[in-house]
Amino acid sequence: MKKSQREIMDSTRQITRRGLMLAGIQVATVTTLALKMRSMQLDHAEEYRTLADGNSIKIRLLPPSRGLILDRNGIIIAGNEQNYRVTLTREEAGGDVQAVLRRLSQLVPMTEARMAELMEEFSRRSAITPIVLADRLSWEQFSAIAVNAPSLPGVTPESALSRAYPRAGDFAHVMGYVGPVSDYDLSRIEDPDPVLLLPDFQLGKIGVEGRMEEILRGKAGARRVEVNSQGREMRQLSRQQGEQGATLQLTLDAALQNYAAQRMGTESAAAVVTDCQTGELLSICSSPSFDPNKFVRGISSPEYRALMDHDHRPLADKTVQGVYPPGSTFKMVTLMAGLEAGVIDAGTRFYCPGHTELGGRRFHCWRRGGHGTVDAIKSLEESCDVYYYELAQRVGIDRIAIMARKLGLGQRHDLPMSAVAEGIAPDREWKMARHGQAWQIGDSLNASIGQGFVLASPLQLAVMTARIASGREVRPQLIRSIDGVRQAVPEYAPLDISAASLRVARLGMDAVMNSARGTARGARITREDWRMAGKTGTSQVRNITVAERARGVISNDQLPWARRDHALFVAYAPYDAPKYAISLVVEHGGGGSAVAAPIARDILLFALNGGLPPLDAVPSDQRAALEERHNAMHLYKPEAPRPGRSRA
Amino acid sequence: MSYLDYQVAQVPTGFRKILYINWPLVLLITAVCCIGFLMLYSVAGGRMDTWAEPQMIRFAVGMVIMLGLAFVPMWFWRGISVAAYVVCFLMLVAVDLFGVIGMGAQRWIDIGPIRIQPSELMKIAVVLLLAAYYDWLPLNRVSRPLWVIVPVLVILAPTALVLMQPDLGTSIMLIAGGGIVMFAAGVSLWYFGAVIGAAVGLVVAVMRSRGTDWQLLRDYQFRRIDTFLDPTSDPLGAGYNIIQSQIALGSGGLSGRGFMQGTQSRLNFLPEKHTDFIFTVLSEEFGFIGASSLLVLYMLILGFCLYSALSNRDRFASLITIGISATFFLYFSINMATVMGLLPAKGSPLPLVSYGGTSLMILMLGFGLVQSAHVHRPR
Repeated sequence: MKKSQREIMDSTRQITRRGLMLAGIQVATVTTLALKMRSMQLDHAEEYRTLADGNSIKIRLLPPSRGLILDRNGIIIAGNEQNYRVTLTREEAGGDVQAVLRRLSQLVPMTEARMAELMEEFSRRSAITPIVLADRLSWEQFSAIAVNAPSLPGVTPESALSRAYPRAGDFAHVMGYVGPVSDYDLSRIEDPDPVLLLPDFQLGKIGVEGRMEEILRGKAGARRVEVNSQGREMRQLSRQQGEQGATLQLTLDAALQNYAAQRMGTESAAAVVTDCQTGELLSICSSPSFDPNKFVRGISSPEYRALMDHDHRPLADKTVQGVYPPGSTFKMVTLMAGLEAGVIDAGTRFYCPGHTELGGRRFHCWRRGGHGTVDAIKSLEESCDVYYYELAQRVGIDRIAIMARKLGLGQRHDLPMSAVAEGIAPDREWKMARHGQAWQIGDSLNASIGQGFVLASPLQLAVMTARIASGREVRPQLIRSIDGVRQAVPEYAPLDISAASLRVARLGMDAVMNSARGTARGARITREDWRMAGKTGTSQVRNITVAERARGVISNDQLPWARRDHALFVAYAPYDAPKYAISLVVEHGGGGSAVAAPIARDILLFALNGGLPPLDAVPSDQRAALEERHNAMHLYKPEAPRPGRSRA
Repeated sequence: MSYLDYQVAQVPTGFRKILYINWPLVLLITAVCCIGFLMLYSVAGGRMDTWAEPQMIRFAVGMVIMLGLAFVPMWFWRGISVAAYVVCFLMLVAVDLFGVIGMGAQRWIDIGPIRIQPSELMKIAVVLLLAAYYDWLPLNRVSRPLWVIVPVLVILAPTALVLMQPDLGTSIMLIAGGGIVMFAAGVSLWYFGAVIGAAVGLVVAVMRSRGTDWQLLRDYQFRRIDTFLDPTSDPLGAGYNIIQSQIALGSGGLSGRGFMQGTQSRLNFLPEKHTDFIFTVLSEEFGFIGASSLLVLYMLILGFCLYSALSNRDRFASLITIGISATFFLYFSINMATVMGLLPAKGSPLPLVSYGGTSLMILMLGFGLVQSAHVHRPR
């Protein structure tokens, strides 16, 4: 195809026109670049020259102060304290970092190993990041360094804020702790905030500190300062204020938490107290505990070993991470499953001869002689196992599992804490998926009394109790307000359980505490307006062989600690207008009624009274012992509420 | 006018072609490269073997390639334009499938000892194919919607592949380079207006979406935009490079601190000073005079290319020359704008000056085409 002369002319004219337009755009662009260059290199050259000369202007990052964490009454449970320290910036040290370190070691004792460690760190970090040489200095050391600053180029004495937990161990598990940013932490964060690269910046590691890191951290500020050739600050040119982290107020009550920790003492135990109506957690306490301040300051390795090797596992958070067979505290679940399914009613009776025979196996009731004729209320009151064996065969595991989930078991509750356990509310499908085996009827019998595959955390048991007490789908809450903004308490829907079934369960729990034959009568509250309803549980951690049963079951006192039964107890009060629910587990404590119930009762009384339990609320024969116990406790003095903070 | 119409007899043949080469352009390119060697010698602290020497060898090879290509008849380029595009496209697909991981993104394929970056070759291939397309297309159809869609697809298909690598910078270069050829070919200005309008609208929408439920970028991407708008807001993070680069540029003053006297580059304040930030070294050591001299050399290269394009009656050759020179223009203006803090930070070399083989070779290849167009122009 040959192009006509005319086409060629048109094309050439077209291209010329457009080519010149392009050239215009290019000239405009290059002119812009040239003007910018002129402005920088001719008009502002002096400023840039000053910046470049002797590197005399430095930018220093101002780490934000971490947000406070308060209890529901405004008492500080995680705060910040002054920490005097010295840092060194390689870029400002004038080349010989080693020499500067040697001179410094005359003022602050420093081992060779520590020096080598620091040198290694200097080579790893960029020249402009200050590295902490020593911290928690005394005022004398600090001022000695400040006086000698001219001979220590690049060394900056500074006071920084460091995390402190004034309530020591009380909140260790809920709160978690902060620690220096590790390479692993950085690798997990997309586009890390530059402030994280500052050495010894404290990052929330676990617990609330870890989960609420984003809002607690705040925003860094920056300072432009002029320094002399020794790296000493001459004057501050500008300062850009950072933002302090948000103040976080929890629903917890520090006084109650303190009392719960003291009341549990040295037992390996966990207590959860929740508001029955709002789901707010008032106490969530795992015992024994540890001092999180040691983790912030750097724990020594023997101390760490001691915590790791302790058989009561102080580092574990038993309240939300620990799962236990709930034992007889699970019986309300089985009972209501049966009532809801219509296979029994409140008046249905079963006969308890002390055991049930099933497929050649004997399932024992805790009372060898049996309970005789048992109805629904009595089954809880006396905690008859055979009643539940009979019931389990009629109602089936799947309906029990559905009821368990309705009450908050077998599910992970959403709390800003680490490793919240899911627990297990087993059914046929679960066993097939998990163990690849079909469900056996014997499994149902075990599950009906909270043994076998059933596992629940103290948190879940507290939620279960609150749900039974309030009849609503209460969910646990831990955050009360953020920067003074109250978090909305959700409107909970009524449980999908009939009022009649709930009533039977509540009557049964009341009978446990207050009737003449109730298993936990000894731990009752004697003040009628605080009347308590509860349920004991004792969960076996070992198998009792036929031979042992023939000889007579060995009592818990004679067993080694780690093989004793777990003692459990759940309760709520006041019976007529439920306010607080509690769950308590004492690991290897023995019997639920003897060990767990009195502790739970006292903690619940503290919550109800808003202070030490009044002695007239416990049976008269226990008053002297309780008073003595109170005298031996180390409780924090009540703090005056801080002005401007919301009061519960 | 297509290659069939060349009055072949009047085109120089054999070694006589050497007389018709655009020698001023060759001289200018050599001058710019020499500035590069000087700066590479300086940033290496007065050593030849670190960067300057390898770069000189590459330049020599590039020069041979450019002159060699100048001898290849123009009609050959038109003949292979479709094939070149298809091959580059397949290589891009190959990179996405089994490319070597480099710099966090897949960009290279290794063929024996040669490492090829197909996305760079694609910049030339797109220009080549679009020039051939507009040479073939009758003038009265250039702005018809149907005939606009074809080149848009030619540009967007490889762009999508490059974006997947992911390499946003090269994608933008592909779109801009292709767009300029379309512009030069005479596509109605309304199309360009519409695209620019849409782009502005998109940017506004993205910025307005911040903090709302339908936020279009992630938070850290917004923070990066903040850093660009105000580097001092993040002085130790992403803003650090830009602040240091501006200090180096500005402190050069009128005549600079003198060869090898730049403190910013000496003291390692500048990142990547031998590649992306080499312009700051030049500005610091030779000041406004040095920096604007380079700018003038660049403008002269553009000028000679434009003159060659406008004086060439062959449509294909003109479009090639304009396309290649525009790509060259984008290269240096983006790099300079970046180090001055006028554009968000992104790695891009300063053409003919920065250390690095790929961009130098691609540019020499491009200038080879420009030379070929110049030598074989209808007389």
